[in-house]
Amino acid sequence: MRNRRPALSEAYAPVSPVKEQMAHLLAHQFEDLEQQHETDTLGIWVFLVTEIMFFGGMFAAYTIYRSLYPVAFEAGSRALNVRLGAINTMVLLSSSFTMAMAVRSAQTARRKALTLFLVLTMLLGVLFLGIKGIEYHGEYFDRVVPSLNFAPQGEVLQRFTTGGLGRAELFMCFYFFMTGLHALHMIIGLSLLLVVLLRARCGVFSSQYYAPVEVMGLYWHFVDIIWIFLFPLLYLVGGRY
Amino acid sequence: MASPDISSLKRDAAPPEPHVVPVRTYVIVFAALLSLAGLTTAVAFVNLGRFNTPIALAIAFVKMMLVLLVFMHLLYSTKLVRVVLFAGFFWLALLVGLVLIDYHSRSWIPDPAPWSSSAPPTHP
Repeated sequence: MRNRRPALSEAYAPVSPVKEQMAHLLAHQFEDLEQQHETDTLGIWVFLVTEIMFFGGMFAAYTIYRSLYPVAFEAGSRALNVRLGAINTMVLLSSSFTMAMAVRSAQTARRKALTLFLVLTMLLGVLFLGIKGIEYHGEYFDRVVPSLNFAPQGEVLQRFTTGGLGRAELFMCFYFFMTGLHALHMIIGLSLLLVVLLRARCGVFSSQYYAPVEVMGLYWHFVDIIWIFLFPLLYLVGGRY
Repeated sequence: MASPDISSLKRDAAPPEPHVVPVRTYVIVFAALLSLAGLTTAVAFVNLGRFNTPIALAIAFVKMMLVLLVFMHLLYSTKLVRVVLFAGFFWLALLVGLVLIDYHSRSWIPDPAPWSSSAPPTHP
């Protein structure tokens, strides 16, 4: 480290006492905390754009097969539990709200509120996954899980055969892959939330340095947006009238 | 090499205060999101023929914009962030649009006769 070029932040050493206190928060490649914050935020947005394309492939495939086999997709959609789906939508929207409040608490340096809202967000996230698990469980016993247990009975079978049994099975594949990928993102988000929570407990964040909380929030809201589209596309296609 | 102009560096300035959105705004947006979620579920129980899906997607779009603009602070973000996000949606539109055009225009051109039905190629 002897021959390291001094970073700009060191060359123009902090003069104001406020800046001196903040110096340890500033990575040496950045000019000031504002630039560092903008870079952090832009970084997560670029990542979210790659996520748009990642989920976009599935949404594109869904769009094509839905336009090719509309009847089968409607039949498949009606095999899903719309009540649990709607409750889960509300749960996830609530977790987005508590996450937004957590970011706000970090901005205003309210440490207790930050911990509280992070814990609430995690609880709502776990509740979402729990309800999702109950749904998967129910679908397994309705025997509409492709390849694991696909042998629909009675009314479901009747509905499925109107649009083609194989095509309804295709819809169920889309359902499990899309919600499964979404659930995977929730699990990753919950693990990251745990890290942010532990750091918050150590008092790392302040109104000058809260980028990790904000980045976490952006990721969480993105996962929420994915569900905002998955819910109507998967649960409401068939109509319930 | 000319030395950089340091007069423009904000070295004396205190770190900027973050833009804090009032709690009221968050609560209003949250209430709007919950009502829209209820509305989209309720509409699915009414037979509107071919309009069911467009209405559900329109509601989802409004919900997405609420989350993006307020919860994700897009209203208060830099232009660069907006351009990056717009690029993402633009590429998604290309992906879905072009693939749909491909699938739905395939039937426009009749299949060429299969190889086997034509006369076998003759070699000198």
